[in-house]
Amino acid sequence: MSVLIFLDQSEGHIKKSSFEAASYGAKVAELTNTTAEAIVLGTVSDDLASLGRYGIKKVHTVKNDALNQVDSQVFTKILAEAANTLGATVIVFSNNFNGKAIAPRLSVRLKAGLVSGAVALPELGNGFTVKKNVFSGKAFAHVAINTDKKIIALNPNSYGIITTDGSAEVAAFAASPDAAKVQVTATNKVVGEIPLSEAEIVVSGGRGLKGPENWGMITDLAKLLGAATACSRPVADVHWRPHHEHVGQTGLAIAPNLYIAVGISGAIQHLAGVNRSKVIVVINKDPEAPFFKAADYGIVGDAFEVMPKIIEAVKKLRQAS
Amino acid sequence: MKILVCISKTPDTTAKIAFADNNTKFAADGVQWIINPYDEWYALVRAIELKEADPSTIIHLVTVGPADAEPIIRKALALGGDEAIRVNADSHDSYYIASQIAETAKQGGYDLVFTGKETIDYNGSSIGGMVAELLDLPYVSLATKFDLEGTTATIVREIEGGEETNKVSLPAVVSCQKGMAEQRIPNMKGIMGARSKPLKVVEPAAVDALTSVASFDLPPAKASVKLVSPDTPEELVRLLHEEAKAI
Ligand SMILES: Cc1cc2nc3c(=O)[nH]c(=O)nc-3n(C[C@H](O)[C@H](O)[C@H](O)COP(=O)(O)OP(=O)(O)OC[C@H]3O[C@@H](n4cnc5c(N)ncnc54)[C@H](O)[C@@H]3O)c2cc1C
Ligand SMILES: Nc1ncnc2c1ncn2[C@@H]1O[C@H](COP(=O)(O)O)[C@@H](O)[C@H]1O
Repeated sequence: MSVLIFLDQSEGHIKKSSFEAASYGAKVAELTNTTAEAIVLGTVSDDLASLGRYGIKKVHTVKNDALNQVDSQVFTKILAEAANTLGATVIVFSNNFNGKAIAPRLSVRLKAGLVSGAVALPELGNGFTVKKNVFSGKAFAHVAINTDKKIIALNPNSYGIITTDGSAEVAAFAASPDAAKVQVTATNKVVGEIPLSEAEIVVSGGRGLKGPENWGMITDLAKLLGAATACSRPVADVHWRPHHEHVGQTGLAIAPNLYIAVGISGAIQHLAGVNRSKVIVVINKDPEAPFFKAADYGIVGDAFEVMPKIIEAVKKLRQAS
Repeated sequence: MKILVCISKTPDTTAKIAFADNNTKFAADGVQWIINPYDEWYALVRAIELKEADPSTIIHLVTVGPADAEPIIRKALALGGDEAIRVNADSHDSYYIASQIAETAKQGGYDLVFTGKETIDYNGSSIGGMVAELLDLPYVSLATKFDLEGTTATIVREIEGGEETNKVSLPAVVSCQKGMAEQRIPNMKGIMGARSKPLKVVEPAAVDALTSVASFDLPPAKASVKLVSPDTPEELVRLLHEEAKAI
């Protein structure tokens, strides 16, 4: 018996969201009196023994350059073999892009019930129940997994990364990948920017900013804070900002530690994508803007007057520390 | 080319979320139902565009749901599509729903199965991958662009911090999101035409659900917002640093 954590990697490095999945999986192992093991596919340059810091006892690797590109079909077959060989009863993914592609397939292959978008540790009193986000962050469901094998896909930034002391054993897992039916012909990553889905701080602008020429105050503040930038849907629709920045019901759903919304009204569809943020700051000149109801901190004021002063204050803070 | 588009019914995006029967059921009273936005705006409209480019294309819609899903599937037919199939079952288990869709897909012999990115009520983002595995087909998730040349599809999908272009030979399963197509409004001709399009009702295949919802709850009410005067915005920065410890 064991808990098996899938470590997602890109360009040789384990993703941050996988460290969180590892911490979570280690805790699930502790709660179920078993050990936490992890598996990584492809060629990774990170020191895998150091994953012991997250409570992982053993890391299984399948070193093969062909696995540096993710094909859900190929990955699923290997992960199913690994889960069976290693006797894994709980398999943990981060519910990130690759997790969403692979976990559902593995659920079918292993006939293991899946909870995707989990936000808390399983409740074990009566069966095995996992709390997950539903209604786009507006509610939670407690979902019982009724099969012997179980899969949990953890929402990024919902559990946190927990470190201890320890070093993991690293072992090769023998697997021969099938040829991928999906060919990756190009990858286009926004360089130098922090991916929105992984950012701890997000600075976001809405229609209240009047036009793309005014986005300097959003990007300047983001740069100072090491934050990613986002926007409301109409802003992306009129091409003031690129589509991948659109957050909300029909855009990306994010859960950063800090979300700063400038000139965004806070429509229910916008909130659906950001309401899981830990701290929400709203800057809006209309005291009746619905966003203030969802905010922790707010300024009722004109963004064009307030933002330069905030940027100055952050600069000072950064110089002082 | 034969395309199967998976259509689900969700509460309107502004619906009040509340629960009944000791928090075990969504309180559906007075709720307006819509086609799940991802299914409508992206999956269905892109399928219709493919049919416009190649009129020999056949589009079938499938929904797994009880009789009250029919107005939704008719609404989808008003946008486009040749016929609809309703699998007469009421379940929220992704594996159960995916199994019904896979069964329908096997019988229809489709080149392409489109799903939405996720349902906006249960937020599984799982059905597409499950259907693909059940059919042993390639799966491209969270696609933002889809182009077809013969039986080879070029698909752009979202990845962390960017996008990736994929090439795949059909048949395949694709989950669709923003970028695939633009929202359309059904016209009178479509609405009238939808009434005479076939809507087949089939009974579900015997499948065991793997999960069940034990209960729902709502997040705790948020404490009211702490307002900072617009004359001293630097105070906000201090609070975020010292009190919230967020910067
Ligand atoms: C099915 C559906 C799905 C949707 N999905 C999404 C989604 O995913 N994401 C999303 O964002 N929207 C979505 N929407 C749209 C949503 O309903 C709102 O229309 C949208 O979020 C509004 O964007 P906004 O707040 O930028 O603009 P507005 O609503 O125009 O608000 C602008 C705000 O800026 C303030 N303002 C103006 N000038 C200033 C100034 N000088 N200083 C400070 N504040 C100022 C105003 O007081 C106002 O509150 C969806 C809608 C539907 C129907
Ligand atoms: N009951 C259903 N009937 C038909 N298609 C569905 C149903 N539920 C979900 N789908 C499809 O699967 C996609 C993903 O759903 P989910 O995995 O539940 O988030 C949706 O966008 C739909 O296209």
